[in-house]
Amino acid sequence: MGQTRDCNEMTAMSWPCVGEAGRTGDWRTMRPVLDPEKCVASRKNKIVCMQCWMFCPDNVITRTAPPEINLEYCKGCGICAEVCPSDAIKMTPEQGKQAEPTVMEEASCDG
Amino acid sequence: MTVETKSAVVITGNKAAAEAARLARVEVVAAYPITPQSPVVEALAKYIETGDLDAEFITVESEHSAMGVCIGAATAGSRVFTASSANGLAYMCEQLSWVAGSRLPIVMGCANRAMSAPWSVLNDQQDSMSQRDQGWIQLFCRNNQEILDTFLQAFRIAEQVKLPVMVCYDGYILSHTVMPVEIPDQEEVDAYLPPYAAHTALDPAAPRNINPVTLADPRLNGEGVLCHGYMEFRYLMEQAHQEALDVIVKADEEFGARFGRRWGGLTWSYQLDDADTVLIAAGSLAGEATISADMLREEGVRAGVLGLRAYRPFPADSLAEQLKQAKRVIVFDKSLSYGYGGPICMDVRATLQRHKMATDVDGYIAGLGGRDIKARELAAATRESIAWAAKRHAPKPTGWINLQL
Ligand code: SF4
Ligand code: SF4
Repeated sequence: MGQTRDCNEMTAMSWPCVGEAGRTGDWRTMRPVLDPEKCVASRKNKIVCMQCWMFCPDNVITRTAPPEINLEYCKGCGICAEVCPSDAIKMTPEQGKQAEPTVMEEASCDG
Repeated sequence: MTVETKSAVVITGNKAAAEAARLARVEVVAAYPITPQSPVVEALAKYIETGDLDAEFITVESEHSAMGVCIGAATAGSRVFTASSANGLAYMCEQLSWVAGSRLPIVMGCANRAMSAPWSVLNDQQDSMSQRDQGWIQLFCRNNQEILDTFLQAFRIAEQVKLPVMVCYDGYILSHTVMPVEIPDQEEVDAYLPPYAAHTALDPAAPRNINPVTLADPRLNGEGVLCHGYMEFRYLMEQAHQEALDVIVKADEEFGARFGRRWGGLTWSYQLDDADTVLIAAGSLAGEATISADMLREEGVRAGVLGLRAYRPFPADSLAEQLKQAKRVIVFDKSLSYGYGGPICMDVRATLQRHKMATDVDGYIAGLGGRDIKARELAAATRESIAWAAKRHAPKPTGWINLQL
C-alpha cells in the first residue's frame, strides 16, 4: 500500500488531460492513416469539416489543416475513419507488436 | 436524560421508513414499486407532492434505473433514498455493487421478501442475504420504532464511512403491521444529521471523471501522482467496513443521548448474561426468540437471545465476547446458502472457530416464503438441539422448522 499513499482518493477519479488514462496508444491494433489528398481540410488548407476531430473519443486529433493524429494516445478505435465523409482515413493493421508512435508528447495537465 | 414524548403514532414499518426519510430531509427519491416495499415510496411521493418534503421524486421504469438515478444524485451531492424488495432488489444487483464501489452513502430500505421461484410476496430474508457481498452495510430491525430510528442512524453512518446502508425489515411482519412509533422532532433530527457534504460533488471549474476504467495496478496520473489500482480501492472499502463496526455503535450511542432510545449498536441481547444456551437471529425472528427464551427458562434451560442488528460488517469480535459463557448456540436463518447452510449460522461458526471456542452451533432454517414461525417452535428446536448433543456425536444436520414433507 505504501506505493500509492499519495493518492487521496477513496474511489476512482481522473482529471481530463492528455494521458490521464495511461498510454492508450498501447491498445491499438489498427492505425488510422490520413490521406491529405482526400481530406477536405487538407485540400482547402482550412479548418473545415473536422468530423474526425469532433468524434475522436480520445481527443487526439488536432483541429488543424491537415488534422494530426497523436498516436501516443490514439487507441485505434476507427471512429475517425468511420465518420470521415471523404474516406480520407484508412485503418491499417499495426505491424506485429506496437509500431513506434509517430508523435511523442509528454503527459501534461497544463493544457 | 428524560426525553419528552413529542408525538407517538400508530403506523406500519413502511410508514416508519418513510417518516425517517422525510425527517432526514432526503433530496432525491427514485424507486420502482414492488410488494411489500411500495407503501414506503408511495408515502414519500405524497410528502413531496404536498410540500411536506422538499425533494425530487424521479419515476423510473425499473429498479435498475432507480438505483442508477440514486447514483447520479448522490454523486452530485444529494442525500438519496430508495427502497425495494426481493426481485426488485435483485434487479438492482449490478448497481448495488457500483454504489458501494463509488463509496456513495445511499440509504435504502429492504422490506425483506422471499425470492422467486415459485412466486411469493411473503417474508424471508433471502433477498438481502443474496446481496450480502456487494459492499453495503446491512442492518436489521426488530420493530417499527427501530425501523425509523435505524434509518436515521443509517444516514449518519453512511455519510461518515462513505458506504451505502441497506436497512432490512421483515416484509408484512413489520412492513404492514402497525405499532406505536414515536416521531422525533425535526430540529433534533437536523442536529443529529447535518447536511451531507459529498466527496464527489462536481465542480465545473475543476472537471473530473468519476469512476473511470481503473487498471489492475497503480498508475501515474497526469500530475505524476501514483493512483490506486482496483485492488487498493477495494481494500479501502473493506477498511471502511471495519471502521463502520465502531461508527455503528457510536451512531446508536449518540442517537440514544439525543432521542432517549438505543438499539444496541451491532447487536442486542435478552437474558444473555448467565445464558449457556443462546438463540441467534436477525430481525423480527430474534424478537420472537425472546419469548422462546422465557419458555425455556421456565423449564430450567438457561436460554438467552443475541439479536443481530449489523450483519455486514459482521460483528465477529463482539459476538465472540458475548458468547464466552455459552455452551450451545442455535442460529435461526430466514435464508439459505443452498448447498451449505444458513448464512448467519455459517458466520457464527466461523467466528467461534476463529476465537478457538468449542461452543456447539446448530443451525435451523425457518420461515422461508412466509412460513409461519412461532416462539414455541423455536423453543422446540432448541430442545431438539440439546437432546441431539446429549445422545449423538455426529454433527447435527441443519434443521428445517415447521417443514411438512
Ligand atoms: S477516432 Fe479512434 S482511431 Fe481515430 S484517432 Fe481517435 S482514437 Fe485513434
Ligand atoms: S473527417 Fe475526414 S475530411 Fe474531415 S477533416 Fe477529418 S480527415 Fe479531413
